[in-house]
Amino acid sequence: MSDPAITPELVKKHNLTPEEYVKIKAILGREPSYTELGIFSVMWSEHCSYKNTRPLLKTFPTKSPKILVGAGEENAGIIDIGDGLAIAFKIESHNHPSAVEPFQGATTGVGGIVRDIFTMGARPICSVNSLRFGPITKGSGEDDPQVLSNNRRLFSGVVAGIAHYGNCFGIPTVAGEVYFDKSYEGNPLVNAFCLGVLRHEQIARGAAKGVGNPVFYVGPATGRDGLAGAAFASQDLTDESAQQQRGAVQVGDPFMEKLVCEACLELLATDAVAGIQDMGAAGLTCSTCETAARAGTGIEIELDKVPQRAPNMTPYEIMLSESQERMLIIVEKGREDEVKRIFDKWDLPWSHIGEVTGDGRMIVRCHGKVVADLPAAILANEAPVYHRESREPAYLKKVREFTLAGVPDSKDPVAELKTLLAEPTIASKNWVYRQYDHMVRDGSVVCPGSDAAVLRIKADSLPVSKDGKELDPKIEKFIAITVDCNAGYVYLDPYEGGKIAVAEAARNLACSGATPLGTTDNLNFANPFNPELFWQLKESVRGVAEACRFFNAPVTGGNCSLYNQSPNGPIDPTPTIGMVGQIEKPEHITTQWFKNAGDVVILLGDAVNSKDPLQGLGGSAFLEKFHGLKTGTPPVCDMEKEKTLHETLHGLIISGLIKSAHDCSEGGLAVTLAESCISHQDARETPSLIGAQIDLSGIVDARLDALLFGETQGRIVISVAPDDVVKVTERAKIMGVPATKIGSVGGADLTIKTSKSSYAWPVADLHRPWWNSIAEAMK
Amino acid sequence: MNFAVLQFPGSNCDQDCVHVIKNVLGHSARLVWHKDNSLAGYDAVLVPGGFSYGDYLRTGAIARFSPIMHAVQGFAANGGPVLGICNGFQILCEAGLLPGALIRNRSLQFRCEHIYLKTATFDTPFTSKIPHDKLLRIPIAHGEGCYFADDATIAKLEANHQVLWQYVTAQGELTKMSNPNGSIHNIAGICNEGRNVAGLMPHPERASESLLGSDDGRLIFESLVNWLNNRSKTKAA
Repeated sequence: MSDPAITPELVKKHNLTPEEYVKIKAILGREPSYTELGIFSVMWSEHCSYKNTRPLLKTFPTKSPKILVGAGEENAGIIDIGDGLAIAFKIESHNHPSAVEPFQGATTGVGGIVRDIFTMGARPICSVNSLRFGPITKGSGEDDPQVLSNNRRLFSGVVAGIAHYGNCFGIPTVAGEVYFDKSYEGNPLVNAFCLGVLRHEQIARGAAKGVGNPVFYVGPATGRDGLAGAAFASQDLTDESAQQQRGAVQVGDPFMEKLVCEACLELLATDAVAGIQDMGAAGLTCSTCETAARAGTGIEIELDKVPQRAPNMTPYEIMLSESQERMLIIVEKGREDEVKRIFDKWDLPWSHIGEVTGDGRMIVRCHGKVVADLPAAILANEAPVYHRESREPAYLKKVREFTLAGVPDSKDPVAELKTLLAEPTIASKNWVYRQYDHMVRDGSVVCPGSDAAVLRIKADSLPVSKDGKELDPKIEKFIAITVDCNAGYVYLDPYEGGKIAVAEAARNLACSGATPLGTTDNLNFANPFNPELFWQLKESVRGVAEACRFFNAPVTGGNCSLYNQSPNGPIDPTPTIGMVGQIEKPEHITTQWFKNAGDVVILLGDAVNSKDPLQGLGGSAFLEKFHGLKTGTPPVCDMEKEKTLHETLHGLIISGLIKSAHDCSEGGLAVTLAESCISHQDARETPSLIGAQIDLSGIVDARLDALLFGETQGRIVISVAPDDVVKVTERAKIMGVPATKIGSVGGADLTIKTSKSSYAWPVADLHRPWWNSIAEAMK
Repeated sequence: MNFAVLQFPGSNCDQDCVHVIKNVLGHSARLVWHKDNSLAGYDAVLVPGGFSYGDYLRTGAIARFSPIMHAVQGFAANGGPVLGICNGFQILCEAGLLPGALIRNRSLQFRCEHIYLKTATFDTPFTSKIPHDKLLRIPIAHGEGCYFADDATIAKLEANHQVLWQYVTAQGELTKMSNPNGSIHNIAGICNEGRNVAGLMPHPERASESLLGSDDGRLIFESLVNWLNNRSKTKAA
């Protein structure tokens, strides 16, 4: 079969602009071959090149004394956590594949990010995810039964895919977030995060070092699945995507990944590896040119030697396949037998496919004939960079004009709280996380269901070391992880919303007893060629960058997913923030639920921001649910105040004064209080419920809906032993943090007294809708 | 004591078992590769959880053909204690070392959560140190944990007191709601007629440190250590 002739149509089909094609010809000094065109198209896709976002990404803070491998250097960033140990973590999207084929799209999303972590030489120890779908219940912006049913299909398929891959691989899925909003209909978001641990000296590099070193392919054979997935990820979804693009979705095999991971970690404990990189997006193409580019070398491979699953695969197909669980290993010359021995032990295919060269070229042969001859470094690093046009979206004018005039105050807080707790975005996600093994590896100290997951890193969590010596088993580290983004806020005010996403992540870490180490971001946005949509991206990156700098949580890596729009329109701009923090001692680990009757409930922060004309109701879940309004300027994030709040809480926690801490977010103070009463689960069918008597009658200048359900930022509900109340409030006063005693823990009811009236809920009546709502929707 | 923890391709609770035996209980534990064929020098064998061979074909169905399983058969025939956890339990059933089978959860979904266990008999190497009125709070994590056997087998298991653990409520009652997977008679774990081979779906190695929320699972490992100690004392005498 001969290669097709390169025509303008073929160039366009590869998502390359005529200008880009001119640039390719200039680089090569000739017309590219068909295979070369394919290689450029994937390497210059947004997914691989960040060509539309690179200028923005440069504004992120990326340095701290603890960062050992920084953003963009390797497959994932690495941060020092003391005693010679370090963590590697990153988040990555698999949105488009999941829209077309939810189960496989999600499995391969998990598989890809797990590979990015063990490629660094780290043992993956936990997985986290951030998911967004269209509504799954009536009355939340979508009432068409067929559309609801499709949203549920996507949701259950993605959850099953994540469960299948993570459970089988043996990595605990310890935290996550799930939002349901009409803007994600037809274009769900699946962002997968993975974290691994290693010693400083175990950091592996994705560089093709050492001219003459052999290049090995390890892992399962290459098939036609996932052809040009990276390019597919960089286009809008259309009505035809499901039919046309199914072949661009990869198929995951977690069992294979487990074997490849164990074999690679075993191999890295020898000195036989000069460089290692996974074949993720753009498969063999990306891994060969990137490793050569990093080392300043060249690479030469023979495609006949690549294990192939299908007969008669063309060079184009082999180079662009995204078959999963494959790795590229650059072996120290003379040490090939160790690779063979270890991969044979694990019954894994391996093949010596080429050599590192000194000429800086990436040369691909097939049956001895050269099918691609490209400058590796230019291909990997010099994709075009675009400064896209941006313009403030027209809708924001209306958003800013919105006032509460004409919005009636809360009518029935008793019913409204129960309704909010049953709203799938707010309700318990147990239907999701009970399908995930969240405890394997003996490290899950705080499981899903609190503000942040807490992981114990123990000596035997680490990969085997080169000298075979084991670490002192007494060494233990504690890491807290959260993923956050209220995309509704970002839609209504991209800059402020970006800041809030970071502030909320930092607040969740603070509530668990941690201080931030670093951030990984997943920028999920729509088409960058639309100036209004690009403005959303630019402004929210400005907010995220500013807040990451302010909270000392530098960005160590992440992912951009653009073109997230379906025929229904663009998604809400969603810069998902994954933040990791460290907890110094196990006794500082704090959870969100109330502990003992008699404890005193204190609100840290202002109950309602008096400077906000919308009193925290702008963009709130309450406004959307009960008034059908997704509008209003969202609450403001005062970073100075917020940081003082986190530091104050941290000080109180390390002094042993805090029994529970829970941040206020969607649904406001009433939802936070309810969750503190109902969110602890002792065992199957055995919730551990406790009531609280709350008195807010001292707050007279706020609307009732704003007081109970407003989403003013910078608030945390804590509970403390009665004897510690004075110490806590005094210390908060010194720090300048408002601390109001609002009640006490105990009884079988949650009661809230306001200046207008009193409301009471038996806690079991709050627990039931909150715990069961998603399961009932999914029946 | 010296524990062998079997390692199949796809085992993923192997390192957790080694961690608990070594770092929590202070005994020796080693991973034994599935292609090995000897268990000489070991006092007890743990068959850990995971997805051996990716659960392809049927859980445990391929692992039972691994060379090490011949050694496990011999070890068990000589009275050596063997404990299978989760996928390990499935493998022991497939290997014929335990009766019955583990089929898909009735919910058709994977389940990971804490459950309560009642110990039904204390007369085994795996249960002897468990206080009689103690319910064990231990996590499960499986998609195929529904214990199934024909009526005659169930009747025999009960008559011989081979049912070791059952899923119960926090108050110790056997109810439908306390059964996370639809197992017959809420069965969570059983032993063989010789009482030296046992399997259970819950994960005691995930409940052996209070830091992780429960150390009830430790009682199962301590029972085993105690039994081994008594056996070596008897032998010495």
